[in-house]
Amino acid sequence: MIDAKRRTLLKGSLTAGSVGAAVGAGLLSPQLVLADWNATAFQAKDMSTALSDLMGSDTAETSDQIKIKAPDIAENGAVVPVTVETDLPGVTAITIIAAGNQTPLVASFDLGESAVPFVSTRIKMAKTADVVAVVKADDKLYQNTKSVKVTIGGCGG
Amino acid sequence: MSDIKIRAKMSGDETTVKCLMSHPMETGLRKDSKTGELVPAHFIQEVVCRTKDQVVMNASWSGGVSKNPYLSFKFKGGAIGDPIEITWKDNQGETQSATATIK
Repeated sequence: MIDAKRRTLLKGSLTAGSVGAAVGAGLLSPQLVLADWNATAFQAKDMSTALSDLMGSDTAETSDQIKIKAPDIAENGAVVPVTVETDLPGVTAITIIAAGNQTPLVASFDLGESAVPFVSTRIKMAKTADVVAVVKADDKLYQNTKSVKVTIGGCGG
Repeated sequence: MSDIKIRAKMSGDETTVKCLMSHPMETGLRKDSKTGELVPAHFIQEVVCRTKDQVVMNASWSGGVSKNPYLSFKFKGGAIGDPIEITWKDNQGETQSATATIK
């Protein structure tokens, strides 16, 4: 919990502008900014560790209100288009997880007040697995999954 | 010359932003096909999108995002002519930024 507060604080100081501007101008070392990047969560080898590090909990309620748009069969695992959209109210974060990857946590989006709960990106998938979208709304976690069949893995090796 | 392409379009009260960044996005797990050595990790860790000093979205990524990442998101409250600024920082400390206006 303390960690989560610290992160919020860091984020707050960034948005305050002066720090952001200084970083933009190359005056500060990048480490200062990257303190915001959750290394433990992004390097975690399993989903529940990643989720509890990132969101503070690994239990999420399954919700049909989260829509994941991804191909049923992805020919090339290096480029799998994924769109996550939800009509849940009060969404503050959307996280995309590829359950079969060596480091399952792919991307996490913190949404500002004006943002619509919609993100679309392209991810890599090592093998046939579930794409999990975890949405934080009103401080509660919701999730939905979609299985994607991968014919050629996209994580090298 | 920036390597970030941004398209921001308004329809109704929602602005849709689409952007393409040019980046190798190496996970650090891939082996070089010639030398057999691991290619060092090189990927974007953070992407921040701002409009008029207001943060619309702040993304944290791992190497699991595809090479030359594509990102699309929507927000409310924009106006035609407003600036959209996108900045990324990668794990090797490089950073890049680009600005576009809402159409």
